[in-house]
Amino acid sequence: MKRLLALVGVALLALVPWLPLGPARLYILHVLVLVLIWAFVGTAWALMGRFGLVSLGHGAFLGLGAYTTTLLWNFLGVSPWIGTPLAAGLAVLLALVLGYPCFRFRVVGHYFALVTLALGEVIRLLIIAERDWTGGSLGLTLKDAGAFNLAAIQFADKRIFYLVALAVWLVGLWVWWWVDRSMTRSALEAIGEDETAAASVGIPVTGFKLRITLLSAGLTAVGGVLYAQYVTYINPGTLAGIGVSLQIVFAVVLGGMYTLLGPTVGTALTIALAEYLRVAFGVRFLGMADTIYGLALVLIIIFLPAGLYGGLRELVLRRAAPPRAAT
Amino acid sequence: MLSLENVSRTFGGFRALQGVSFEVKQGELLGLIGPNGSGKTTLFNCVSGALRPSAGSIRFRGEEVGGLTPDRICHRGIARTFQIPRPFKKLSVLENVALAAHFGHMTREPDAAARARARDVLRLVGLPSDEAARPGLLGAAGLKKLELARALATGPALLLADETLGGLDLEEMRQAAGLLRRIRDEMGITIVWVEHIMATLMRVVDRVVVLDHGEKIAEGMPREVAEDPRVIEAYLGEKLVLG
Ligand SMILES: Nc1ncnc2c1ncn2[C@@H]1O[C@H](COP(=O)(O)OP(=O)(O)O)[C@@H](O)[C@H]1O
Ligand SMILES: [Mg+2]
Repeated sequence: MKRLLALVGVALLALVPWLPLGPARLYILHVLVLVLIWAFVGTAWALMGRFGLVSLGHGAFLGLGAYTTTLLWNFLGVSPWIGTPLAAGLAVLLALVLGYPCFRFRVVGHYFALVTLALGEVIRLLIIAERDWTGGSLGLTLKDAGAFNLAAIQFADKRIFYLVALAVWLVGLWVWWWVDRSMTRSALEAIGEDETAAASVGIPVTGFKLRITLLSAGLTAVGGVLYAQYVTYINPGTLAGIGVSLQIVFAVVLGGMYTLLGPTVGTALTIALAEYLRVAFGVRFLGMADTIYGLALVLIIIFLPAGLYGGLRELVLRRAAPPRAAT
Repeated sequence: MLSLENVSRTFGGFRALQGVSFEVKQGELLGLIGPNGSGKTTLFNCVSGALRPSAGSIRFRGEEVGGLTPDRICHRGIARTFQIPRPFKKLSVLENVALAAHFGHMTREPDAAARARARDVLRLVGLPSDEAARPGLLGAAGLKKLELARALATGPALLLADETLGGLDLEEMRQAAGLLRRIRDEMGITIVWVEHIMATLMRVVDRVVVLDHGEKIAEGMPREVAEDPRVIEAYLGEKLVLG
Protein backbone atom coordinates (compact mmCIF):
# COMPACT_ATOMS: atom_id res chain seq x y z
CA MET A 1 0.00 0.00 0.00
CA LYS A 2 2.75 2.41 1.04
CA ARG A 3 4.82 1.27 -1.92
CA LEU A 4 1.93 1.88 -4.30
CA LEU A 5 1.39 5.36 -2.89
CA ALA A 6 5.05 6.18 -3.30
CA LEU A 7 5.00 4.96 -6.90
CA VAL A 8 1.95 7.04 -7.73
CA GLY A 9 3.58 10.05 -6.04
CA VAL A 10 6.77 9.66 -8.07
CA ALA A 11 4.80 9.23 -11.31
CA LEU A 12 2.87 12.42 -10.57
CA LEU A 13 6.08 14.30 -9.80
CA ALA A 14 7.60 13.09 -13.06
CA LEU A 15 4.59 14.50 -14.95
CA VAL A 16 4.80 17.98 -13.44
CA PRO A 17 6.80 19.57 -16.33
CA TRP A 18 4.05 18.60 -18.76
CA LEU A 19 1.22 20.11 -16.73
CA PRO A 20 -0.28 23.37 -17.98
CA LEU A 21 1.50 25.63 -15.51
CA GLY A 22 0.52 28.90 -17.18
CA PRO A 23 2.77 31.78 -18.15
CA ALA A 24 5.08 31.28 -15.16
CA ARG A 25 5.84 27.74 -16.30
CA LEU A 26 9.57 28.18 -16.78
CA TYR A 27 9.97 30.02 -13.52
CA ILE A 28 8.05 27.35 -11.59
CA LEU A 29 10.13 24.61 -13.18
CA HIS A 30 13.29 26.49 -12.33
CA VAL A 31 12.34 26.78 -8.67
CA LEU A 32 11.35 23.11 -8.56
CA VAL A 33 14.70 22.01 -9.99
CA LEU A 34 16.49 24.09 -7.37
CA VAL A 35 14.33 22.59 -4.62
CA LEU A 36 15.13 19.05 -5.80
CA ILE A 37 18.87 19.70 -5.97
CA TRP A 38 19.05 21.35 -2.55
CA ALA A 39 16.69 18.79 -1.04
CA PHE A 40 19.08 16.09 -2.23
CA VAL A 41 21.98 17.94 -0.60
CA GLY A 42 19.95 18.40 2.58
CA THR A 43 19.10 14.70 2.66
CA ALA A 44 22.79 13.87 2.26
CA TRP A 45 23.61 16.24 5.14
CA ALA A 46 20.94 14.68 7.34
CA LEU A 47 22.55 11.26 6.93
CA MET A 48 25.17 12.57 9.35
CA GLY A 49 23.20 15.23 11.17
CA ARG A 50 20.56 12.89 12.51
CA PHE A 51 23.23 10.96 14.37
CA GLY A 52 24.70 14.01 16.06
CA LEU A 53 27.44 14.51 13.47
CA VAL A 54 26.67 18.16 12.85
CA SER A 55 28.72 19.45 9.94
CA LEU A 56 28.82 23.19 9.35
CA GLY A 57 31.11 22.77 6.38
CA HIS A 58 29.27 20.77 3.78
CA GLY A 59 29.91 23.65 1.39
CA ALA A 60 33.42 22.22 1.10
CA PHE A 61 32.14 19.05 -0.55
CA LEU A 62 29.60 20.93 -2.62
CA GLY A 63 32.28 23.32 -3.95
CA LEU A 64 34.83 20.58 -4.50
CA GLY A 65 32.28 18.66 -6.55
CA ALA A 66 31.12 21.61 -8.63
CA TYR A 67 34.62 22.95 -9.33
CA THR A 68 36.08 19.53 -10.16
CA THR A 69 33.67 18.78 -12.99
CA THR A 70 33.52 22.35 -14.25
CA LEU A 71 37.31 22.75 -14.38
CA LEU A 72 37.76 19.33 -15.98
CA TRP A 73 35.22 20.20 -18.66
CA ASN A 74 36.40 23.75 -19.31
CA PHE A 75 40.13 23.08 -19.43
CA LEU A 76 40.49 19.44 -20.45
CA GLY A 77 37.17 18.71 -22.10
CA VAL A 78 36.54 15.80 -19.74
CA SER A 79 32.88 14.81 -19.73
CA PRO A 80 31.05 15.25 -16.41
CA TRP A 81 30.12 11.58 -16.71
CA ILE A 82 33.76 10.91 -15.86
CA GLY A 83 34.12 14.07 -13.79
CA THR A 84 31.29 13.22 -11.40
CA PRO A 85 32.79 10.02 -9.99
CA LEU A 86 36.11 11.86 -9.73
CA ALA A 87 34.42 14.74 -7.91
CA ALA A 88 32.67 12.37 -5.52
CA GLY A 89 35.96 10.51 -5.02
CA LEU A 90 37.79 13.73 -4.15
CA ALA A 91 35.05 14.72 -1.69
CA VAL A 92 35.27 11.29 -0.07
CA LEU A 93 39.04 11.69 0.19
CA LEU A 94 38.66 15.13 1.75
CA ALA A 95 36.11 13.72 4.21
CA LEU A 96 38.55 10.96 5.08
CA VAL A 97 41.37 13.41 5.74
CA LEU A 98 39.04 15.46 7.93
CA GLY A 99 37.09 12.64 9.54
CA TYR A 100 39.73 10.10 10.42
CA PRO A 101 41.74 12.27 12.84
CA CYS A 102 38.53 13.80 14.24
CA PHE A 103 36.93 10.45 14.99
CA ARG A 104 40.12 8.72 16.05
CA PHE A 105 40.80 11.43 18.62
CA ARG A 106 37.21 11.85 19.67
CA VAL A 107 36.61 15.33 18.36
CA VAL A 108 32.84 15.40 18.90
CA GLY A 109 29.90 17.76 19.30
CA HIS A 110 30.69 21.46 19.09
CA TYR A 111 34.34 20.80 18.39
CA PHE A 112 33.52 18.67 15.38
CA ALA A 113 31.12 21.36 14.14
CA LEU A 114 33.87 23.97 14.45
CA VAL A 115 36.40 21.85 12.57
CA THR A 116 33.94 21.37 9.70
CA LEU A 117 33.11 25.08 9.73
CA ALA A 118 36.79 25.82 9.22
CA LEU A 119 37.02 23.25 6.42
CA GLY A 120 34.22 24.96 4.50
CA GLU A 121 36.02 28.28 4.74
CA VAL A 122 39.40 26.82 3.80
CA ILE A 123 37.95 25.41 0.58
CA ARG A 124 36.25 28.72 -0.22
CA LEU A 125 39.50 30.63 0.32
CA LEU A 126 41.45 28.10 -1.74
CA ILE A 127 39.04 28.56 -4.64
CA ILE A 128 39.48 32.33 -4.39
CA ALA A 129 43.26 32.07 -4.10
CA GLU A 130 43.59 29.86 -7.20
CA ARG A 131 41.97 32.56 -9.31
CA ASP A 132 44.02 31.74 -12.40
CA TRP A 133 41.88 28.69 -13.05
CA THR A 134 38.89 29.17 -10.83
CA GLY A 135 38.15 32.77 -11.65
CA GLY A 136 38.45 33.62 -7.97
CA SER A 137 35.47 35.22 -6.32
CA LEU A 138 34.04 36.23 -9.71
CA GLY A 139 33.23 32.63 -10.41
CA LEU A 140 33.35 30.44 -13.46
CA THR A 141 30.99 29.79 -16.34
CA LEU A 142 30.60 26.29 -17.69
CA LYS A 143 31.76 26.15 -21.33
CA ASP A 144 28.70 25.96 -23.54
CA ALA A 145 28.20 22.68 -25.37
CA GLY A 146 24.97 23.37 -27.20
CA ALA A 147 21.27 23.15 -26.41
CA PHE A 148 21.25 19.39 -26.02
CA ASN A 149 24.47 17.60 -25.27
CA LEU A 150 24.24 14.33 -23.40
CA ALA A 151 28.02 13.87 -23.12
CA ALA A 152 28.37 17.30 -21.50
CA ILE A 153 25.15 16.95 -19.46
CA GLN A 154 23.91 20.28 -20.78
CA PHE A 155 20.29 20.76 -21.72
CA ALA A 156 18.57 24.01 -22.52
CA ASP A 157 15.22 22.33 -21.90
CA LYS A 158 14.40 22.69 -18.20
CA ARG A 159 12.13 19.64 -18.32
CA ILE A 160 15.12 17.37 -18.86
CA PHE A 161 16.95 18.87 -15.91
CA TYR A 162 13.87 18.52 -13.84
CA LEU A 163 13.80 14.77 -14.53
CA VAL A 164 17.52 14.42 -13.83
CA ALA A 165 17.17 16.28 -10.53
CA LEU A 166 14.13 14.20 -9.62
CA ALA A 167 16.08 10.99 -10.23
CA VAL A 168 19.05 12.17 -8.18
CA TRP A 169 16.77 13.29 -5.36
CA LEU A 170 15.10 9.86 -5.36
CA VAL A 171 18.50 8.18 -5.12
CA GLY A 172 19.20 10.39 -2.09
CA LEU A 173 15.94 9.32 -0.44
CA TRP A 174 16.69 5.70 -1.24
CA VAL A 175 20.11 5.93 0.43
CA TRP A 176 18.54 7.58 3.50
CA TRP A 177 15.93 4.83 3.67
CA TRP A 178 18.53 2.13 3.19
CA VAL A 179 20.62 3.44 6.12
CA ASP A 180 17.46 3.89 8.19
CA ARG A 181 16.19 0.36 7.93
CA SER A 182 19.46 -1.46 8.66
CA MET A 183 21.30 -2.33 11.86
CA THR A 184 23.56 0.53 10.79
CA ARG A 185 20.92 2.99 11.96
CA SER A 186 20.71 1.48 15.45
CA ALA A 187 24.50 1.39 15.62
CA LEU A 188 24.84 5.03 14.59
CA GLU A 189 22.04 6.02 16.92
CA ALA A 190 23.88 4.27 19.76
CA ILE A 191 27.15 5.98 18.79
CA GLY A 192 25.40 9.35 18.68
CA GLU A 193 24.13 8.80 22.22
CA ASP A 194 27.14 7.26 23.92
CA GLU A 195 30.33 6.32 22.09
CA THR A 196 31.88 4.58 25.06
CA ALA A 197 28.90 2.31 25.60
CA ALA A 198 28.59 1.65 21.87
CA ALA A 199 32.24 0.60 21.61
CA SER A 200 31.86 -1.65 24.65
CA VAL A 201 29.30 -3.83 22.85
CA GLY A 202 31.58 -4.30 19.87
CA ILE A 203 30.50 -1.48 17.54
CA PRO A 204 33.53 -0.15 15.63
CA VAL A 205 32.78 3.48 16.40
CA THR A 206 35.43 5.18 14.27
CA GLY A 207 34.65 3.02 11.24
CA PHE A 208 30.93 3.68 11.39
CA LYS A 209 31.27 7.43 11.80
CA LEU A 210 33.78 7.53 9.00
CA ARG A 211 31.61 5.55 6.61
CA ILE A 212 28.51 7.69 7.09
CA THR A 213 30.64 10.83 6.73
CA LEU A 214 32.22 9.62 3.49
CA LEU A 215 28.80 8.68 2.13
CA SER A 216 27.36 12.07 3.00
CA ALA A 217 30.34 13.91 1.51
CA GLY A 218 30.27 11.93 -1.74
CA LEU A 219 26.56 12.55 -2.25
CA THR A 220 26.94 16.23 -1.44
CA ALA A 221 29.63 16.55 -4.11
CA VAL A 222 27.22 15.02 -6.62
CA GLY A 223 24.71 17.69 -5.58
CA GLY A 224 27.34 20.33 -6.30
CA VAL A 225 27.99 18.89 -9.74
CA LEU A 226 24.29 18.86 -10.52
CA TYR A 227 23.93 22.48 -9.47
CA ALA A 228 26.89 23.50 -11.64
CA GLN A 229 25.54 21.63 -14.65
CA TYR A 230 22.11 23.18 -14.25
CA VAL A 231 23.00 26.79 -13.47
CA THR A 232 26.19 26.65 -15.61
CA TYR A 233 27.76 29.30 -13.42
CA ILE A 234 29.48 28.71 -10.10
CA ASN A 235 31.21 30.94 -7.58
CA PRO A 236 32.81 30.31 -4.21
CA GLY A 237 30.15 32.34 -2.38
CA THR A 238 27.20 30.17 -3.43
CA LEU A 239 28.95 26.81 -3.44
CA ALA A 240 31.50 26.86 -0.62
CA GLY A 241 32.09 28.48 2.71
CA ILE A 242 29.96 29.31 5.69
CA GLY A 243 26.99 30.84 3.87
CA VAL A 244 25.86 27.86 1.88
CA SER A 245 26.92 25.42 4.59
CA LEU A 246 24.59 27.11 7.05
CA GLN A 247 21.78 27.34 4.52
CA ILE A 248 21.82 23.58 4.15
CA VAL A 249 21.68 23.17 7.92
CA PHE A 250 18.87 25.77 8.28
CA ALA A 251 16.69 24.01 5.74
CA VAL A 252 17.19 20.58 7.27
CA VAL A 253 16.62 21.72 10.84
CA LEU A 254 13.50 23.56 9.70
CA GLY A 255 11.99 20.49 8.03
CA GLY A 256 13.37 17.99 10.51
CA MET A 257 16.36 15.72 10.15
CA TYR A 258 14.89 12.58 11.67
CA THR A 259 12.39 11.85 8.92
CA LEU A 260 12.83 10.83 5.29
CA LEU A 261 11.06 13.87 3.86
CA GLY A 262 12.04 16.40 6.52
CA PRO A 263 15.06 17.83 4.65
CA THR A 264 12.99 18.09 1.46
CA VAL A 265 10.11 19.91 3.13
CA GLY A 266 12.54 22.27 4.86
CA THR A 267 14.35 23.02 1.63
CA ALA A 268 11.11 23.65 -0.23
CA LEU A 269 9.95 26.05 2.48
CA THR A 270 13.18 28.04 2.64
CA ILE A 271 13.44 28.35 -1.13
CA ALA A 272 9.74 29.25 -1.44
CA LEU A 273 10.11 31.90 1.24
CA ALA A 274 13.22 33.39 -0.32
CA GLU A 275 11.58 33.48 -3.76
CA TYR A 276 8.34 34.94 -2.41
CA LEU A 277 10.15 37.74 -0.61
CA ARG A 278 12.31 38.44 -3.65
CA VAL A 279 9.31 38.64 -5.96
CA ALA A 280 7.05 40.51 -3.52
CA PHE A 281 9.51 43.04 -2.20
CA GLY A 282 12.27 43.00 -4.80
CA VAL A 283 15.57 44.23 -3.48
CA ARG A 284 14.01 46.63 -0.97
CA PHE A 285 14.14 44.02 1.76
CA LEU A 286 17.31 42.25 0.81
CA GLY A 287 18.19 40.13 3.81
CA MET A 288 14.58 39.89 4.90
CA ALA A 289 14.49 36.16 4.13
CA ASP A 290 17.53 35.58 6.32
CA THR A 291 15.91 37.46 9.18
CA ILE A 292 12.67 35.53 8.86
CA TYR A 293 14.19 32.13 8.76
CA GLY A 294 16.64 32.99 11.45
CA LEU A 295 13.66 33.76 13.64
CA ALA A 296 11.71 30.72 12.48
CA LEU A 297 14.71 28.57 13.24
CA VAL A 298 14.99 29.75 16.82
CA LEU A 299 11.27 29.12 17.37
CA ILE A 300 11.49 25.67 15.81
CA ILE A 301 14.51 24.56 17.78
CA ILE A 302 12.66 25.56 20.94
CA PHE A 303 9.15 24.31 20.18
CA LEU A 304 9.49 21.66 17.48
CA PRO A 305 12.85 19.94 17.82
CA ALA A 306 11.80 17.30 15.29
CA GLY A 307 11.31 20.06 12.69
CA LEU A 308 8.13 21.25 10.98
CA TYR A 309 7.54 18.11 8.95
CA GLY A 310 8.82 15.76 11.64
CA GLY A 311 6.73 17.46 14.31
CA LEU A 312 3.53 17.43 12.26
CA ARG A 313 4.06 13.82 11.28
CA GLU A 314 4.42 12.87 14.92
CA LEU A 315 1.19 14.67 15.75
CA VAL A 316 -0.73 12.97 12.96
CA LEU A 317 0.61 9.53 13.82
CA ARG A 318 -0.28 10.02 17.45
CA ARG A 319 -3.84 10.97 16.48
CA ALA A 320 -4.13 7.94 14.24
CA ALA A 321 -2.81 5.45 16.77
CA PRO A 322 -3.18 6.31 20.45
CA PRO A 323 -0.17 4.95 22.35
CA ARG A 324 -0.53 1.53 23.85
CA ALA A 325 -0.59 1.50 27.61
CA ALA A 326 2.82 0.57 28.91
CA THR A 327 2.82 -3.01 30.10
CA MET B 1 42.40 -16.81 31.44
CA LEU B 2 43.12 -13.17 32.28
CA SER B 3 46.42 -12.11 33.70
CA LEU B 4 47.37 -8.63 34.82
CA GLU B 5 51.00 -7.72 35.36
CA ASN B 6 51.97 -4.46 36.99
CA VAL B 7 49.05 -2.58 35.47
CA SER B 8 49.23 1.14 36.23
CA ARG B 9 47.16 4.09 35.19
CA THR B 10 47.71 7.74 36.01
CA PHE B 11 45.46 10.74 35.45
CA GLY B 12 47.72 13.74 35.24
CA GLY B 13 49.93 13.21 38.25
CA PHE B 14 47.35 11.14 40.11
CA ARG B 15 47.97 7.39 40.28
CA ALA B 16 44.63 5.62 40.06
CA LEU B 17 46.26 2.20 39.62
CA GLN B 18 49.77 1.27 40.74
CA GLY B 19 51.36 -1.96 39.62
CA VAL B 20 48.34 -4.22 40.03
CA SER B 21 48.95 -7.91 39.27
CA PHE B 22 46.64 -10.88 39.59
CA GLU B 23 45.21 -13.79 37.63
CA VAL B 24 41.65 -14.80 36.85
CA LYS B 25 41.22 -18.50 36.24
CA GLN B 26 38.87 -20.03 33.71
CA GLY B 27 35.41 -20.58 35.20
CA GLU B 28 36.13 -18.53 38.28
CA LEU B 29 33.80 -16.04 39.97
CA LEU B 30 36.26 -13.52 41.33
CA GLY B 31 35.26 -10.65 43.59
CA LEU B 32 37.15 -7.37 43.23
CA ILE B 33 36.50 -5.12 46.19
CA GLY B 34 37.84 -1.92 47.65
CA PRO B 35 36.57 1.33 49.09
CA ASN B 36 35.17 4.04 46.84
CA GLY B 37 37.85 5.55 44.64
CA SER B 38 40.25 2.64 45.05
CA GLY B 39 40.53 2.12 41.27
CA LYS B 40 38.13 -0.75 40.59
CA THR B 41 36.29 0.93 37.73
CA THR B 42 39.57 2.24 36.33
CA LEU B 43 40.87 -1.32 36.25
CA PHE B 44 37.77 -2.43 34.32
CA ASN B 45 38.24 0.47 31.94
CA CYS B 46 41.80 -0.67 31.25
CA VAL B 47 40.87 -4.30 30.71
CA SER B 48 37.90 -3.46 28.46
CA GLY B 49 39.84 -0.95 26.40
CA ALA B 50 37.91 2.15 27.45
CA LEU B 51 41.19 3.44 28.88
CA ARG B 52 44.74 2.69 27.84
CA PRO B 53 46.86 1.47 30.74
CA SER B 54 49.86 3.75 31.39
CA ALA B 55 52.07 0.74 32.02
CA GLY B 56 51.92 -3.02 32.51
CA SER B 57 50.52 -5.91 30.57
CA ILE B 58 47.03 -7.35 30.27
CA ARG B 59 46.88 -10.80 28.71
CA PHE B 60 43.67 -12.57 27.80
CA ARG B 61 43.84 -16.24 26.78
CA GLY B 62 47.56 -15.78 26.33
CA GLU B 63 47.36 -12.71 24.09
CA GLU B 64 48.16 -9.12 24.97
CA VAL B 65 45.00 -6.98 24.85
CA GLY B 66 46.25 -3.86 26.67
CA GLY B 67 45.74 -0.82 24.43
CA LEU B 68 43.38 -2.50 21.92
CA THR B 69 40.19 -0.61 21.09
CA PRO B 70 37.09 -1.58 23.12
CA ASP B 71 35.27 -3.09 20.14
CA ARG B 72 38.23 -5.39 19.40
CA ILE B 73 38.44 -6.44 23.03
CA CYS B 74 34.72 -7.16 23.01
CA HIS B 75 35.18 -9.34 19.94
CA ARG B 76 37.97 -11.24 21.72
CA GLY B 77 35.40 -12.24 24.36
CA ILE B 78 35.52 -9.69 27.17
CA ALA B 79 32.29 -7.87 28.04
CA ARG B 80 31.74 -5.25 30.72
CA THR B 81 28.84 -3.52 32.42
CA PHE B 82 28.90 0.10 33.54
CA GLN B 83 28.61 1.08 37.17
CA ILE B 84 26.21 3.87 36.23
CA PRO B 85 23.96 2.30 33.57
CA ARG B 86 24.47 3.70 30.08
CA PRO B 87 21.50 2.45 28.06
CA PHE B 88 20.85 3.74 24.54
CA LYS B 89 17.70 5.65 25.42
CA LYS B 90 16.54 6.23 21.86
CA LEU B 91 16.39 2.49 21.23
CA SER B 92 14.03 -0.08 22.71
CA VAL B 93 15.25 -2.49 25.37
CA LEU B 94 15.21 -5.23 22.75
CA GLU B 95 17.20 -3.12 20.25
CA ASN B 96 19.76 -2.29 22.93
CA VAL B 97 20.45 -5.96 23.43
CA ALA B 98 20.04 -6.99 19.76
CA LEU B 99 22.69 -4.43 18.84
CA ALA B 100 25.11 -6.05 21.26
CA ALA B 101 24.25 -9.50 19.89
CA HIS B 102 24.76 -8.32 16.31
CA PHE B 103 28.02 -6.42 16.74
CA GLY B 104 29.50 -8.16 19.76
CA HIS B 105 30.81 -11.24 17.98
CA MET B 106 33.88 -11.61 15.83
CA THR B 107 31.61 -12.46 12.89
CA ARG B 108 28.37 -10.48 12.85
CA GLU B 109 25.16 -12.35 13.40
CA PRO B 110 22.29 -11.74 10.97
CA ASP B 111 19.56 -9.43 12.34
CA ALA B 112 17.04 -12.20 12.98
CA ALA B 113 19.52 -14.36 14.86
CA ALA B 114 20.66 -11.34 16.87
CA ARG B 115 17.08 -10.57 17.87
CA ALA B 116 16.42 -14.17 18.84
CA ARG B 117 19.55 -14.21 20.97
CA ALA B 118 18.57 -10.86 22.50
CA ARG B 119 15.18 -12.27 23.50
CA ASP B 120 16.83 -15.27 25.15
CA VAL B 121 19.17 -13.06 27.14
CA LEU B 122 16.33 -10.73 28.18
CA ARG B 123 14.35 -13.71 29.40
CA LEU B 124 17.36 -14.90 31.38
CA VAL B 125 17.80 -11.61 33.22
CA GLY B 126 14.05 -11.13 33.57
CA LEU B 127 13.34 -8.13 31.36
CA PRO B 128 10.46 -7.67 28.90
CA SER B 129 11.46 -8.40 25.30
CA ASP B 130 8.57 -6.80 23.42
CA GLU B 131 9.24 -3.89 21.09
CA ALA B 132 7.37 -1.44 23.32
CA ALA B 133 9.69 -1.76 26.31
CA ARG B 134 11.89 1.34 26.51
CA PRO B 135 14.89 1.88 28.80
CA GLY B 136 13.22 5.05 30.09
CA LEU B 137 10.50 2.95 31.71
CA LEU B 138 12.94 0.80 33.67
CA GLY B 139 13.82 1.45 37.30
CA ALA B 140 17.28 1.18 38.86
CA ALA B 141 17.10 -2.61 39.08
CA GLY B 142 15.85 -2.90 35.50
CA LEU B 143 18.66 -0.73 34.17
CA LYS B 144 21.23 -2.87 35.96
CA LYS B 145 19.67 -5.92 34.35
CA LEU B 146 19.83 -4.23 30.96
CA GLU B 147 23.56 -3.59 31.46
CA LEU B 148 24.00 -7.27 32.20
CA ALA B 149 21.84 -8.37 29.27
CA ARG B 150 23.74 -6.18 26.82
CA ALA B 151 27.08 -7.52 28.02
CA LEU B 152 25.90 -11.14 27.89
CA ALA B 153 24.48 -10.74 24.38
CA THR B 154 27.99 -10.16 23.04
CA GLY B 155 28.72 -13.79 23.93
CA PRO B 156 31.63 -13.17 26.30
CA ALA B 157 34.01 -15.70 27.83
CA LEU B 158 34.83 -13.18 30.55
CA LEU B 159 32.31 -10.81 32.11
CA LEU B 160 33.37 -7.72 34.03
CA ALA B 161 30.41 -6.72 36.22
CA ASP B 162 30.75 -3.28 37.84
CA GLU B 163 28.67 -2.70 40.99
CA THR B 164 25.73 -4.77 39.88
CA LEU B 165 24.10 -4.22 43.28
CA GLY B 166 24.42 -0.44 43.53
CA GLY B 167 21.11 1.22 44.34
CA LEU B 168 19.18 -2.03 44.79
CA ASP B 169 17.14 -3.09 47.83
CA LEU B 170 17.95 -6.25 49.76
CA GLU B 171 15.69 -8.58 47.82
CA GLU B 172 16.91 -7.21 44.47
CA MET B 173 20.50 -7.65 45.64
CA ARG B 174 19.87 -11.29 46.46
CA GLN B 175 18.36 -11.86 43.04
CA ALA B 176 21.17 -10.08 41.22
CA ALA B 177 23.82 -12.06 43.09
CA GLY B 178 21.96 -15.28 42.27
CA LEU B 179 21.85 -14.26 38.62
CA LEU B 180 25.61 -13.74 38.44
CA ARG B 181 26.10 -17.11 40.02
CA ARG B 182 23.81 -18.74 37.46
CA ILE B 183 25.60 -17.01 34.59
CA ARG B 184 28.82 -18.59 35.79
CA ASP B 185 27.37 -22.01 36.64
CA GLU B 186 25.01 -22.51 33.70
CA MET B 187 26.70 -20.54 30.93
CA GLY B 188 30.28 -21.22 32.01
CA ILE B 189 31.21 -17.54 31.80
CA THR B 190 34.15 -16.43 33.92
CA ILE B 191 33.25 -13.38 36.00
CA VAL B 192 35.09 -10.58 37.73
CA TRP B 193 32.61 -8.86 39.96
CA VAL B 194 33.30 -5.43 41.42
CA GLU B 195 31.45 -4.21 44.47
CA HIS B 196 32.35 -1.81 47.19
CA ILE B 197 29.90 -3.30 49.67
CA MET B 198 31.36 -6.64 50.69
CA ALA B 199 28.61 -8.58 52.42
CA THR B 200 26.58 -10.06 49.56
CA LEU B 201 29.56 -10.52 47.30
CA MET B 202 31.60 -12.42 49.88
CA ARG B 203 28.95 -15.11 50.14
CA VAL B 204 28.91 -15.82 46.43
CA VAL B 205 32.44 -15.48 45.03
CA ASP B 206 35.22 -18.08 44.92
CA ARG B 207 38.08 -15.72 45.55
CA VAL B 208 38.61 -12.04 46.33
CA VAL B 209 41.10 -9.39 45.29
CA VAL B 210 41.16 -6.18 47.34
CA LEU B 211 42.26 -2.79 46.02
CA ASP B 212 43.03 0.29 48.05
CA HIS B 213 44.40 3.55 46.67
CA GLY B 214 45.09 1.82 43.37
CA GLU B 215 47.15 -0.96 44.90
CA LYS B 216 46.34 -4.59 45.50
CA ILE B 217 46.41 -5.06 49.26
CA ALA B 218 45.05 -8.59 49.60
CA GLU B 219 44.02 -11.64 47.63
CA GLY B 220 42.54 -14.94 48.77
CA MET B 221 39.47 -16.80 50.00
CA PRO B 222 36.63 -14.57 51.21
CA ARG B 223 37.08 -15.60 54.87
CA GLU B 224 40.83 -15.00 54.93
CA VAL B 225 40.48 -11.66 53.22
CA ALA B 226 37.74 -10.46 55.55
CA GLU B 227 40.07 -11.02 58.50
CA ASP B 228 43.11 -9.44 56.91
CA PRO B 229 44.14 -6.44 59.02
CA ARG B 230 45.02 -4.33 55.97
CA VAL B 231 41.57 -4.91 54.53
CA ILE B 232 39.90 -4.05 57.82
CA GLU B 233 41.95 -0.88 57.98
CA ALA B 234 41.09 0.10 54.41
CA TYR B 235 37.43 -0.36 55.14
CA LEU B 236 37.68 1.46 58.47
CA GLY B 237 34.33 2.89 59.30
CA GLU B 238 32.47 0.68 56.85
CA LYS B 239 30.64 -2.34 58.13
CA LEU B 240 32.24 -5.72 57.50
CA VAL B 241 29.54 -8.32 57.72
CA LEU B 242 29.86 -11.90 56.69
CA GLY B 243 26.52 -13.67 56.81
N1 LIG C 1 38.81 9.73 33.73
C1 LIG C 1 39.32 10.09 34.92
N2 LIG C 1 40.00 11.24 35.03
C2 LIG C 1 40.54 11.61 36.22
N3 LIG C 1 40.45 10.90 37.34
C3 LIG C 1 39.80 9.73 37.29
C4 LIG C 1 39.20 9.27 36.08
N4 LIG C 1 38.60 8.07 36.34
C5 LIG C 1 38.83 7.81 37.63
N5 LIG C 1 39.53 8.79 38.22
C6 LIG C 1 39.99 8.82 39.61
O1 LIG C 1 40.62 7.60 39.89
C7 LIG C 1 40.27 7.16 41.18
C8 LIG C 1 39.69 5.77 41.10
O2 LIG C 1 38.39 5.84 40.56
P1 LIG C 1 37.52 4.56 40.24
O3 LIG C 1 38.34 3.60 39.47
O4 LIG C 1 36.27 5.03 39.64
O5 LIG C 1 37.23 4.00 41.71
P2 LIG C 1 36.20 2.90 42.18
O6 LIG C 1 35.53 2.32 41.00
O7 LIG C 1 37.04 1.91 42.92
O8 LIG C 1 35.25 3.59 43.10
C9 LIG C 1 39.31 8.17 41.77
O9 LIG C 1 40.03 9.03 42.61
C10 LIG C 1 38.82 8.91 40.57
O10 LIG C 1 38.51 10.25 40.88
MG1 LIG D 1 33.58 2.28 40.49
